[in-house]
Amino acid sequence: MTLAFSLPFSRLLSGIALVLGLSLAARPAAQAQPADSSLTVGSKKFTENVILGWMAVDVMQARGFEVAHRSQLGGSRFLWDALVRGDIDVYPEYTGTLIQEILAESGGTRSTLADTLARYGVAMTEPLGFNNTYAIGVRADLADSLDLRTIGDLRRHPELQLGFSNEFMDRSDGWPGLQDAYNLPQDARGVDHDLGYRGLVNGSLDAIDLYSTDAEIEQYDIRVLEDNRDYFGTYEAILLYRTDLPAAAEAGLQQLEGRFSEQTMQGLNARAKIDQVDEPVVAANYLNEALNLEATAETPSRMERVGVRTEEHLVLVGLSLGLAILLGIPLGILAAKSRIVGPGVLLVVGIIYTIPSLALLAVMVPPLGVGQLPAVLALFLYSLLPIVWNTYTGLNDLSRPLVESAEALGLSAASKLVRVEIPLAARSILAGVKIAAVINIGTATLGALIGAGGYGQPILTGIRRANLGLILEGTVPAAVLTILVLALLEILERTLLPRSMRT
Amino acid sequence: MITLTGVSKHYGDTVAVDDVDLTVEAGQTTVLIGPSGSGKSTLLRLMNGLITPTAGAVTFDGTPVEQASTHALRHRMGYVIQEGGLFPHLTGRSNAALLARHLGWPDDRVDARIAELTDLVQLPPNRLEQYPSELSGGQRQRVSLMRALMLDPDVLLLDEPLGALDPMIRADLQDDLRSIFRDLGKTVVLVTHDIGEAGYFGDAVALLRRGRIVQRGSMHALVHAPSSPFVEDFIQAQRAPLEHLEE
Repeated sequence: MTLAFSLPFSRLLSGIALVLGLSLAARPAAQAQPADSSLTVGSKKFTENVILGWMAVDVMQARGFEVAHRSQLGGSRFLWDALVRGDIDVYPEYTGTLIQEILAESGGTRSTLADTLARYGVAMTEPLGFNNTYAIGVRADLADSLDLRTIGDLRRHPELQLGFSNEFMDRSDGWPGLQDAYNLPQDARGVDHDLGYRGLVNGSLDAIDLYSTDAEIEQYDIRVLEDNRDYFGTYEAILLYRTDLPAAAEAGLQQLEGRFSEQTMQGLNARAKIDQVDEPVVAANYLNEALNLEATAETPSRMERVGVRTEEHLVLVGLSLGLAILLGIPLGILAAKSRIVGPGVLLVVGIIYTIPSLALLAVMVPPLGVGQLPAVLALFLYSLLPIVWNTYTGLNDLSRPLVESAEALGLSAASKLVRVEIPLAARSILAGVKIAAVINIGTATLGALIGAGGYGQPILTGIRRANLGLILEGTVPAAVLTILVLALLEILERTLLPRSMRT
Repeated sequence: MITLTGVSKHYGDTVAVDDVDLTVEAGQTTVLIGPSGSGKSTLLRLMNGLITPTAGAVTFDGTPVEQASTHALRHRMGYVIQEGGLFPHLTGRSNAALLARHLGWPDDRVDARIAELTDLVQLPPNRLEQYPSELSGGQRQRVSLMRALMLDPDVLLLDEPLGALDPMIRADLQDDLRSIFRDLGKTVVLVTHDIGEAGYFGDAVALLRRGRIVQRGSMHALVHAPSSPFVEDFIQAQRAPLEHLEE
């Protein structure tokens, strides 16, 4: 009885502490943040690159290194920056991409490439053996009916729908240059590389960009148009690594040099994309055969995978939401109490919210690197708006007679806030926390794009491999987590609020 | 006890209180009466510094209200309003004890004072653990009075404390309130628009109209020597309902 009036507030604080504590306790040891002594491989978000990434993992593990794989991180520039920054130690790349795109300013050529790389503290293996150039593909039946044989033939049919991967749309060696080289009249749309194939097959797209080693070329009976003006350069696959990579690890990577013909790679891609074999398994099977390695791909059960992703997701959500509650409520109070700072606070959190979540995640990477930290920070900023605004609104909408009664009693401003105003606004504040939680859990799936793991990881893989099961492996637990968190907050609300304040 | 000298309060172009001089005598019950919008509640809120005058001065016990430490000053003035004054998230006991808790009273002192006040305002003790929404209107106002009396203030400011109650309960509470005021010897300022209530409580009555005091004195003087046709009309208007029974 003695603390009856201040109880709701202290309960709120202990509730927040509980959420933070839980998420810290759930923090996985080495899952997303490899220790300094271990090595990290990165890979781009398409199947071939992921397979090569796993192979780099396997050959270095075979030499006794502890290696983590941040798979399907993003595009070329993202991986390059992560390598130069030291977030990752190795990733598979293509010579053409380096010369035409990443190091274009340096004006280097294939012969000077190694020297140019050295200036960034980066080295490369000899070519892995295959050339995975860009190509333009159309459905075979369309190619036959319109007599399309070369890229230039597209000029005769301005009505054709072109859809290119987003990276290809922007690259200097991509669509802008291609359009110039062949004087093509069409406008192109940007689509995800893997969705492009689906668009082509279902007829919504007529021509897409592809990689010449893509497994889908055979699977979907796609005709590759001849690049008779030699627009696309050579894209020899190599492994890029930091020059500070231990020599033994480097020797491991060199085992992969010259191992892959275009046919071999297309076959491996088909194993993963068409036969739906997991990339680590594809990689290990091949290496065990070709190099006599004894690599074993860890194939955790679905439950184990969900368990790991749940831990990662809980860390992202728990930390960012906990921080947003700890900071958002005071900011909301400030907004309600200060005529000068208040409008500014509301505006700033509002503006933050208008930044697309993907962009917010991306801008966190240059200063913070890849991993969970930038994702937590972005999610925290994203969760502020509902908490700040609901706290502000809750405090501003208190009934005048009640506020005046508190004033007339002669309570200090702090006492009035803690004993009267915050408890009265608690329902509104908690509603803001619930909205923030739902937004946060959903948005956290995007964290996988910057190496934060979580439920977004199987969703990304699932989209890439057109595997509904994997997509559900991310979306279903995310939905369940949302329900559980809302139930938890509901229980919190019931314990926190006196019976007179419940609905 | 409380002195208002040439006090005016403007809200933009609206004049809520217009050049009022008023002295509230210690130990007396002063009733402010008048139609809606006549400025009586504004006057009350000027007395405890909830609002500051546009012109003129308000003093409490010789100290200008606007210069005094408002917190200390308000601890010496209990304040009860018509409705909605109790905090819905606190039980009756916690509402009444709120200020003492804020001031850091030890538990036993709080409990003793609550027991004393429960007895004084005749609230059934089991009602103390109920929330305002679970109390009747009359019980709510008894708790409000406990909260106002918690620190044993010199002055009670009551803004239509009985206005929302039905007649039977109202009469009951009127009796109780008057005996409490007399027993405790408090200085009371009561705002009402009910002429019967004014007569029942008031040692001194001030009738307001459009922010000005039209007549001041005893209820007897107001009824029998109205200073203007308005005073006469105001009193007549409230007697009218019973007039046909007086033949």
